[in-house]
Amino acid sequence: MTATELPPKLAEIRDDFLELEESDRLLLLLEFADELPTLPPRYADHPDLLERVVECQSPVFMFVEVDDDSAVHLYATAPRESPTTRGFASILSQGLDGLSRQEVLDVPDDYPNTIGLTKAVSPLRIRGMTAMLARTKRRLREGAA
Amino acid sequence: MPVDLDPTPKFTAYAHPGRLVSTEWLQEHLGTPGLVVVESDEDVLLYETGHIPGAVKIDWHTDLNDPVERDFVGSAAFAAVLGAKGISRDTTVVIYGDKSNWWAAYALWVFTLFGHDDVRLLDGGRDKWVAEERGLTRDKPVITPAEYPIIERNDAPIRAFREDVLAHFGNPLIDVRSTEEYTGERTHMPAYPEEGALRGGHIPSAASVPWARAAAPDATFRTRPELDAIYRDEAGLSDGDSVIAYCRIGERSSHTWFVLTHLLGFEGVRNYDGSWTEWGNAVHVPITMGTEPGTAPQPR
Repeated sequence: MTATELPPKLAEIRDDFLELEESDRLLLLLEFADELPTLPPRYADHPDLLERVVECQSPVFMFVEVDDDSAVHLYATAPRESPTTRGFASILSQGLDGLSRQEVLDVPDDYPNTIGLTKAVSPLRIRGMTAMLARTKRRLREGAA
Repeated sequence: MPVDLDPTPKFTAYAHPGRLVSTEWLQEHLGTPGLVVVESDEDVLLYETGHIPGAVKIDWHTDLNDPVERDFVGSAAFAAVLGAKGISRDTTVVIYGDKSNWWAAYALWVFTLFGHDDVRLLDGGRDKWVAEERGLTRDKPVITPAEYPIIERNDAPIRAFREDVLAHFGNPLIDVRSTEEYTGERTHMPAYPEEGALRGGHIPSAASVPWARAAAPDATFRTRPELDAIYRDEAGLSDGDSVIAYCRIGERSSHTWFVLTHLLGFEGVRNYDGSWTEWGNAVHVPITMGTEPGTAPQPR
Protein backbone atom coordinates (compact mmCIF):
# COMPACT_ATOMS: atom_id res chain seq x y z
CA MET A 1 0.00 0.00 0.00
CA THR A 2 1.36 3.45 -0.79
CA ALA A 3 0.89 6.44 1.43
CA THR A 4 -1.73 7.89 -0.90
CA GLU A 5 -3.97 4.90 -0.24
CA LEU A 6 -4.23 5.65 3.43
CA PRO A 7 -7.78 5.89 4.73
CA PRO A 8 -8.88 9.51 4.22
CA LYS A 9 -9.10 10.46 7.88
CA LEU A 10 -5.62 9.11 8.68
CA ALA A 11 -4.24 10.88 5.62
CA GLU A 12 -5.89 14.10 6.70
CA ILE A 13 -4.41 13.85 10.19
CA ARG A 14 -0.97 13.19 8.75
CA ASP A 15 -1.24 16.14 6.38
CA ASP A 16 -2.43 18.42 9.17
CA PHE A 17 0.68 17.59 11.16
CA LEU A 18 3.07 17.85 8.22
CA GLU A 19 1.74 21.28 7.26
CA LEU A 20 2.82 22.68 10.61
CA GLU A 21 6.19 23.85 11.80
CA GLU A 22 7.94 21.32 14.02
CA SER A 23 7.20 23.28 17.20
CA ASP A 24 3.49 23.66 16.40
CA ARG A 25 3.02 19.95 15.88
CA LEU A 26 3.13 19.37 19.62
CA LEU A 27 0.25 21.81 19.99
CA LEU A 28 -1.81 19.84 17.50
CA LEU A 29 -0.99 16.69 19.43
CA LEU A 30 -2.20 18.52 22.54
CA GLU A 31 -5.48 19.27 20.75
CA PHE A 32 -5.88 15.58 20.06
CA ALA A 33 -5.08 14.80 23.69
CA ASP A 34 -7.73 17.27 24.82
CA GLU A 35 -10.24 15.74 22.42
CA LEU A 36 -9.88 12.14 23.55
CA PRO A 37 -13.50 11.35 24.32
CA THR A 38 -14.52 9.90 27.63
CA LEU A 39 -15.33 6.23 27.49
CA PRO A 40 -18.84 5.12 26.62
CA PRO A 41 -20.65 4.14 29.84
CA ARG A 42 -20.50 0.45 29.00
CA TYR A 43 -16.70 0.60 29.34
CA ALA A 44 -16.45 3.35 31.92
CA ASP A 45 -18.57 1.21 34.23
CA HIS A 46 -16.61 -1.93 33.40
CA PRO A 47 -12.93 -1.09 33.42
CA ASP A 48 -12.25 -4.84 33.50
CA LEU A 49 -13.24 -4.98 29.83
CA LEU A 50 -10.43 -2.69 28.81
CA GLU A 51 -7.07 -4.06 27.87
CA ARG A 52 -3.84 -2.49 29.03
CA VAL A 53 -1.25 -1.78 26.34
CA VAL A 54 1.84 -2.76 28.27
CA GLU A 55 4.25 -1.57 25.60
CA CYS A 56 3.29 2.02 26.30
CA GLN A 57 5.26 4.02 28.79
CA SER A 58 2.25 5.35 30.64
CA PRO A 59 -0.90 3.51 31.54
CA VAL A 60 -3.30 3.32 28.62
CA PHE A 61 -6.31 1.10 28.38
CA MET A 62 -8.18 0.45 25.17
CA PHE A 63 -10.99 -1.53 23.67
CA VAL A 64 -11.60 -2.39 20.02
CA GLU A 65 -15.14 -2.95 18.87
CA VAL A 66 -16.77 -3.93 15.56
CA ASP A 67 -20.39 -2.78 15.35
CA ASP A 68 -23.36 -4.32 13.53
CA ASP A 69 -22.40 -2.48 10.33
CA SER A 70 -18.91 -4.03 10.47
CA ALA A 71 -17.38 -0.68 11.36
CA VAL A 72 -14.42 -0.59 13.75
CA HIS A 73 -14.39 1.67 16.80
CA LEU A 74 -11.48 2.19 19.16
CA TYR A 75 -12.03 3.43 22.70
CA ALA A 76 -9.16 4.35 24.96
CA THR A 77 -8.38 6.04 28.23
CA ALA A 78 -5.17 7.38 29.73
CA PRO A 79 -4.51 9.70 32.67
CA ARG A 80 -4.42 13.49 32.33
CA GLU A 81 -0.77 13.36 33.39
CA SER A 82 0.05 11.40 30.23
CA PRO A 83 -1.04 13.77 27.48
CA THR A 84 1.27 12.28 24.85
CA THR A 85 -0.35 8.90 25.27
CA ARG A 86 -3.79 10.50 25.22
CA GLY A 87 -2.88 12.28 21.99
CA PHE A 88 -1.70 9.07 20.34
CA ALA A 89 -4.85 7.24 21.39
CA SER A 90 -7.00 10.09 20.15
CA ILE A 91 -5.33 10.12 16.72
CA LEU A 92 -5.92 6.41 16.29
CA SER A 93 -9.42 6.54 17.71
CA GLN A 94 -10.43 9.29 15.27
CA GLY A 95 -8.38 7.99 12.36
CA LEU A 96 -9.62 4.43 12.48
CA ASP A 97 -13.21 5.09 13.45
CA GLY A 98 -15.73 3.62 11.04
CA LEU A 99 -13.20 1.69 8.93
CA SER A 100 -13.75 -1.95 8.10
CA ARG A 101 -11.71 -4.63 9.80
CA GLN A 102 -9.64 -5.14 6.64
CA GLU A 103 -9.05 -1.42 6.18
CA VAL A 104 -7.62 -1.21 9.68
CA LEU A 105 -5.42 -4.26 9.09
CA ASP A 106 -4.13 -2.59 5.91
CA VAL A 107 -2.99 0.57 7.67
CA PRO A 108 0.81 0.60 7.42
CA ASP A 109 2.45 -0.38 10.69
CA ASP A 110 4.76 2.59 10.42
CA TYR A 111 1.96 5.15 10.15
CA PRO A 112 3.01 6.69 13.50
CA ASN A 113 6.45 7.40 12.04
CA THR A 114 5.03 9.22 9.04
CA ILE A 115 3.07 12.01 10.69
CA GLY A 116 6.01 14.26 11.42
CA LEU A 117 6.26 13.71 15.15
CA THR A 118 9.39 11.61 15.49
CA LYS A 119 11.57 14.65 15.97
CA ALA A 120 9.21 16.65 18.16
CA VAL A 121 8.29 13.72 20.37
CA SER A 122 11.35 11.43 19.91
CA PRO A 123 11.41 8.06 18.17
CA LEU A 124 11.37 6.20 21.50
CA ARG A 125 8.08 7.77 22.50
CA ILE A 126 6.51 7.22 19.09
CA ARG A 127 6.86 3.52 19.82
CA GLY A 128 3.95 3.87 22.21
CA MET A 129 1.66 4.74 19.33
CA THR A 130 3.08 1.98 17.16
CA ALA A 131 2.29 -0.45 19.98
CA MET A 132 -1.29 0.82 20.19
CA LEU A 133 -1.82 0.35 16.46
CA ALA A 134 -0.31 -3.13 16.62
CA ARG A 135 -2.52 -4.01 19.56
CA THR A 136 -5.60 -2.82 17.68
CA LYS A 137 -4.74 -5.00 14.71
CA ARG A 138 -4.01 -7.99 16.89
CA ARG A 139 -7.41 -7.70 18.53
CA LEU A 140 -9.06 -7.62 15.12
CA ARG A 141 -7.05 -10.59 13.87
CA GLU A 142 -7.90 -12.58 16.95
CA GLY A 143 -11.50 -11.81 16.18
CA ALA A 144 -12.05 -10.88 19.79
CA ALA A 145 -13.52 -7.55 18.83
CA MET B 1 23.87 37.81 40.28
CA PRO B 2 22.29 34.79 41.99
CA VAL B 3 18.75 35.10 43.25
CA ASP B 4 18.55 34.86 47.05
CA LEU B 5 18.31 31.47 48.72
CA ASP B 6 15.23 29.90 50.21
CA PRO B 7 15.56 29.99 54.02
CA THR B 8 13.01 27.16 54.58
CA PRO B 9 14.11 25.46 57.86
CA LYS B 10 13.81 21.91 56.44
CA PHE B 11 16.51 22.72 53.88
CA THR B 12 19.08 23.95 56.40
CA ALA B 13 19.69 20.36 57.55
CA TYR B 14 20.80 19.36 54.06
CA ALA B 15 24.43 19.56 52.99
CA HIS B 16 23.72 22.12 50.25
CA PRO B 17 20.49 23.93 51.23
CA GLY B 18 20.86 26.26 48.26
CA ARG B 19 20.00 23.46 45.85
CA LEU B 20 16.33 23.44 46.81
CA VAL B 21 13.50 25.94 46.76
CA SER B 22 10.00 25.52 48.14
CA THR B 23 6.79 26.10 46.24
CA GLU B 24 6.13 29.17 48.43
CA TRP B 25 9.51 30.62 47.61
CA LEU B 26 9.05 30.02 43.91
CA GLN B 27 5.63 31.64 43.81
CA GLU B 28 7.02 34.73 45.54
CA HIS B 29 10.02 34.88 43.22
CA LEU B 30 8.32 34.31 39.86
CA GLY B 31 9.41 37.06 37.50
CA THR B 32 12.56 37.94 39.45
CA PRO B 33 15.28 39.12 37.06
CA GLY B 34 18.03 36.53 36.76
CA LEU B 35 15.70 33.62 37.52
CA VAL B 36 14.55 31.14 34.87
CA VAL B 37 12.13 28.35 35.80
CA VAL B 38 12.46 25.16 33.77
CA GLU B 39 9.97 22.30 33.54
CA SER B 40 11.39 18.89 32.68
CA ASP B 41 9.03 15.91 32.51
CA GLU B 42 8.88 12.36 31.38
CA ASP B 43 5.90 13.18 29.15
CA VAL B 44 6.98 15.53 26.37
CA LEU B 45 3.54 17.14 26.20
CA LEU B 46 2.80 17.64 29.89
CA TYR B 47 4.29 21.15 29.87
CA GLU B 48 1.91 22.15 27.07
CA THR B 49 -1.13 21.06 29.11
CA GLY B 50 -0.24 23.78 31.61
CA HIS B 51 2.95 24.94 33.31
CA ILE B 52 4.06 27.35 36.01
CA PRO B 53 3.61 30.88 34.62
CA GLY B 54 6.75 31.99 32.82
CA ALA B 55 8.41 28.56 32.97
CA VAL B 56 10.24 27.26 29.90
CA LYS B 57 10.47 23.63 28.90
CA ILE B 58 13.56 21.48 28.46
CA ASP B 59 12.90 17.94 27.33
CA TRP B 60 15.37 15.23 28.37
CA HIS B 61 14.98 13.43 25.10
CA THR B 62 14.72 16.05 22.41
CA ASP B 63 16.86 18.75 24.07
CA LEU B 64 19.47 16.96 26.18
CA ASN B 65 20.19 13.72 24.32
CA ASP B 66 22.24 13.63 21.16
CA PRO B 67 19.94 12.57 18.32
CA VAL B 68 22.50 10.20 16.80
CA GLU B 69 25.00 8.92 19.34
CA ARG B 70 23.94 7.47 22.66
CA ASP B 71 25.23 10.40 24.62
CA PHE B 72 24.25 13.80 25.87
CA VAL B 73 24.34 16.83 23.64
CA GLY B 74 27.68 18.47 23.04
CA SER B 75 28.80 21.93 24.04
CA ALA B 76 27.39 23.82 21.07
CA ALA B 77 23.98 22.16 21.23
CA PHE B 78 23.73 22.72 24.97
CA ALA B 79 24.62 26.39 24.57
CA ALA B 80 22.03 26.73 21.81
CA VAL B 81 19.26 25.10 23.87
CA LEU B 82 19.95 27.19 26.97
CA GLY B 83 20.39 30.42 25.04
CA ALA B 84 17.07 29.86 23.28
CA LYS B 85 15.40 29.44 26.68
CA GLY B 86 16.79 32.74 27.89
CA ILE B 87 19.38 31.19 30.20
CA SER B 88 22.82 32.79 30.61
CA ARG B 89 25.78 31.35 32.43
CA ASP B 90 24.95 33.34 35.57
CA THR B 91 21.20 32.68 35.54
CA THR B 92 19.63 31.09 38.60
CA VAL B 93 17.78 28.06 37.21
CA VAL B 94 15.01 26.31 39.13
CA ILE B 95 13.95 23.00 37.61
CA TYR B 96 10.76 21.14 38.43
CA GLY B 97 8.99 18.18 36.90
CA ASP B 98 6.65 15.23 37.22
CA LYS B 99 7.19 12.00 39.11
CA SER B 100 8.88 13.44 42.20
CA ASN B 101 11.30 15.44 40.08
CA TRP B 102 12.81 12.34 38.59
CA TRP B 103 13.38 13.96 35.18
CA ALA B 104 14.06 17.35 36.72
CA ALA B 105 16.94 15.79 38.65
CA TYR B 106 18.20 14.27 35.43
CA ALA B 107 18.17 17.69 33.76
CA LEU B 108 19.94 19.20 36.77
CA TRP B 109 22.61 16.53 36.53
CA VAL B 110 23.16 17.31 32.84
CA PHE B 111 23.39 21.04 33.67
CA THR B 112 26.07 20.03 36.17
CA LEU B 113 28.03 18.19 33.47
CA PHE B 114 28.39 21.60 31.88
CA GLY B 115 29.24 23.24 35.18
CA HIS B 116 26.19 25.49 35.38
CA ASP B 117 26.69 27.00 38.79
CA ASP B 118 23.31 27.97 40.19
CA VAL B 119 20.80 25.26 39.39
CA ARG B 120 18.17 24.21 41.94
CA LEU B 121 15.20 21.88 42.22
CA LEU B 122 11.69 22.79 43.30
CA ASP B 123 11.05 20.55 46.32
CA GLY B 124 7.92 18.53 45.51
CA GLY B 125 8.09 19.36 41.82
CA ARG B 126 5.09 19.71 39.59
CA ASP B 127 2.89 17.47 41.73
CA LYS B 128 3.17 19.63 44.82
CA TRP B 129 2.64 22.85 42.88
CA VAL B 130 -0.53 21.37 41.37
CA ALA B 131 -1.72 19.89 44.66
CA GLU B 132 -1.44 23.31 46.28
CA GLU B 133 -3.44 24.83 43.43
CA ARG B 134 -0.82 27.44 42.75
CA GLY B 135 -1.93 27.76 39.18
CA LEU B 136 -0.76 26.63 35.77
CA THR B 137 -1.07 28.35 32.43
CA ARG B 138 -0.93 27.39 28.79
CA ASP B 139 0.36 30.85 27.86
CA LYS B 140 3.68 30.73 26.09
CA PRO B 141 6.34 32.54 28.12
CA VAL B 142 7.91 35.59 26.57
CA ILE B 143 11.56 34.64 26.20
CA THR B 144 14.43 36.99 25.58
CA PRO B 145 17.09 34.76 24.05
CA ALA B 146 20.41 34.89 25.86
CA GLU B 147 24.02 34.19 24.98
CA TYR B 148 25.12 30.98 26.62
CA PRO B 149 28.85 30.35 26.22
CA ILE B 150 30.21 27.20 24.63
CA ILE B 151 31.38 25.23 27.66
CA GLU B 152 33.24 21.97 27.43
CA ARG B 153 31.25 19.17 29.02
CA ASN B 154 33.19 17.72 31.93
CA ASP B 155 31.99 14.16 32.50
CA ALA B 156 34.68 12.82 34.79
CA PRO B 157 33.63 14.23 38.17
CA ILE B 158 30.01 13.05 38.17
CA ARG B 159 29.60 10.56 35.35
CA ALA B 160 30.81 6.95 35.31
CA PHE B 161 31.31 4.79 32.24
CA ARG B 162 31.42 1.02 32.15
CA GLU B 163 35.19 0.91 32.57
CA ASP B 164 34.89 3.17 35.60
CA VAL B 165 32.44 0.75 37.21
CA LEU B 166 34.74 -2.21 36.58
CA ALA B 167 37.58 -0.27 38.21
CA HIS B 168 35.35 0.79 41.09
CA PHE B 169 34.72 -2.67 42.58
CA GLY B 170 35.39 -2.68 46.29
CA ASN B 171 33.72 0.74 46.62
CA PRO B 172 29.99 1.27 47.17
CA LEU B 173 27.52 0.91 44.32
CA ILE B 174 23.86 1.81 44.67
CA ASP B 175 21.26 0.19 42.45
CA VAL B 176 18.19 2.43 42.48
CA ARG B 177 15.87 0.26 40.37
CA SER B 178 12.84 -1.65 41.60
CA THR B 179 13.36 -4.86 43.55
CA GLU B 180 12.20 -6.98 40.60
CA GLU B 181 14.82 -5.42 38.37
CA TYR B 182 17.52 -5.82 41.04
CA THR B 183 16.89 -9.50 41.58
CA GLY B 184 16.75 -10.17 37.85
CA GLU B 185 13.11 -11.15 37.84
CA ARG B 186 12.60 -8.52 35.16
CA THR B 187 14.82 -6.28 33.06
CA HIS B 188 12.63 -3.20 32.91
CA MET B 189 10.49 -1.15 35.23
CA PRO B 190 7.16 -2.58 36.31
CA ALA B 191 4.51 -1.32 33.86
CA TYR B 192 7.15 0.07 31.51
CA PRO B 193 8.14 -1.26 28.13
CA GLU B 194 10.85 -3.83 27.75
CA GLU B 195 13.82 -1.79 26.63
CA GLY B 196 16.02 -4.58 25.58
CA ALA B 197 18.43 -5.82 28.24
CA LEU B 198 19.51 -9.37 27.50
CA ARG B 199 20.42 -10.25 31.08
CA GLY B 200 18.70 -9.53 34.38
CA GLY B 201 20.19 -8.96 37.80
CA HIS B 202 22.50 -6.35 39.30
CA ILE B 203 26.13 -5.31 39.34
CA PRO B 204 27.86 -7.44 42.00
CA SER B 205 28.08 -5.82 45.46
CA ALA B 206 25.55 -3.07 44.62
CA ALA B 207 23.16 -2.22 47.45
CA SER B 208 19.50 -2.01 46.50
CA VAL B 209 17.96 1.35 47.40
CA PRO B 210 15.04 2.13 45.07
CA TRP B 211 15.23 5.82 44.19
CA ALA B 212 11.68 6.66 45.28
CA ARG B 213 12.52 5.88 48.91
CA ALA B 214 14.13 9.32 48.98
CA ALA B 215 10.80 10.93 48.12
CA ALA B 216 7.88 11.53 50.48
CA PRO B 217 4.30 10.88 49.33
CA ASP B 218 3.89 14.58 48.44
CA ALA B 219 6.91 14.27 46.08
CA THR B 220 9.19 16.36 48.32
CA PHE B 221 12.54 15.01 49.44
CA ARG B 222 12.58 13.16 52.73
CA THR B 223 14.12 14.98 55.67
CA ARG B 224 17.79 14.78 56.47
CA PRO B 225 17.35 12.29 59.35
CA GLU B 226 15.18 10.05 57.17
CA LEU B 227 17.72 10.12 54.35
CA ASP B 228 20.60 9.41 56.74
CA ALA B 229 18.70 6.38 58.04
CA ILE B 230 18.25 5.01 54.51
CA TYR B 231 21.64 5.68 52.96
CA ARG B 232 24.01 5.63 55.94
CA ASP B 233 22.41 3.20 58.39
CA GLU B 234 20.77 0.83 55.93
CA ALA B 235 22.89 1.00 52.79
CA GLY B 236 26.07 1.45 54.84
CA LEU B 237 27.50 4.56 53.19
CA SER B 238 29.89 6.64 55.24
CA ASP B 239 31.80 9.89 54.81
CA GLY B 240 34.63 9.70 52.35
CA ASP B 241 33.02 6.92 50.32
CA SER B 242 33.27 7.08 46.57
CA VAL B 243 29.83 6.08 45.29
CA ILE B 244 28.44 5.13 41.89
CA ALA B 245 24.68 4.99 41.38
CA TYR B 246 22.91 3.42 38.44
CA CYS B 247 19.46 2.43 37.21
CA ARG B 248 18.20 1.61 33.73
CA ILE B 249 19.29 4.59 31.63
CA GLY B 250 20.55 6.96 34.32
CA GLU B 251 17.38 8.95 34.97
CA ARG B 252 16.29 7.52 38.31
CA SER B 253 19.88 7.41 39.50
CA SER B 254 20.15 11.16 38.80
CA HIS B 255 17.57 11.59 41.54
CA THR B 256 19.72 9.51 43.90
CA TRP B 257 22.83 11.35 42.73
CA PHE B 258 21.14 14.60 43.77
CA VAL B 259 20.23 13.18 47.17
CA LEU B 260 23.70 11.83 47.90
CA THR B 261 25.55 14.87 46.58
CA HIS B 262 23.46 17.84 47.56
CA LEU B 263 21.31 16.65 50.44
CA LEU B 264 23.74 14.29 52.21
CA GLY B 265 26.99 15.92 51.12
CA PHE B 266 28.90 12.94 49.69
CA GLU B 267 31.68 14.07 47.42
CA GLY B 268 32.56 12.58 44.07
CA VAL B 269 29.33 10.65 43.60
CA ARG B 270 29.03 9.48 40.01
CA ASN B 271 26.02 8.46 37.97
CA TYR B 272 26.56 5.49 35.66
CA ASP B 273 24.07 6.54 32.97
CA GLY B 274 24.83 3.60 30.71
CA SER B 275 23.21 1.68 33.54
CA TRP B 276 21.37 -1.57 33.04
CA THR B 277 20.58 -1.06 29.36
CA GLU B 278 24.34 -1.17 28.82
CA TRP B 279 25.48 -3.55 31.59
CA GLY B 280 22.70 -6.06 30.94
CA ASN B 281 23.79 -6.29 27.30
CA ALA B 282 27.55 -6.11 27.76
CA VAL B 283 29.78 -9.10 27.08
CA HIS B 284 32.17 -10.23 29.82
CA VAL B 285 30.88 -8.23 32.78
CA PRO B 286 29.91 -9.86 36.09
CA ILE B 287 26.26 -10.03 37.18
CA THR B 288 24.65 -11.16 40.41
CA MET B 289 21.06 -12.37 40.59
CA GLY B 290 18.76 -12.52 43.59
CA THR B 291 18.24 -10.35 46.63
CA GLU B 292 21.80 -10.45 48.00
CA PRO B 293 24.33 -7.86 46.78
CA GLY B 294 26.99 -10.48 46.15
CA THR B 295 30.74 -10.11 46.48
CA ALA B 296 32.70 -7.44 44.68
CA PRO B 297 34.98 -8.91 42.02
CA GLN B 298 38.57 -7.74 41.73
CA PRO B 299 38.64 -4.31 40.17
CA ARG B 300 39.93 -4.32 36.62
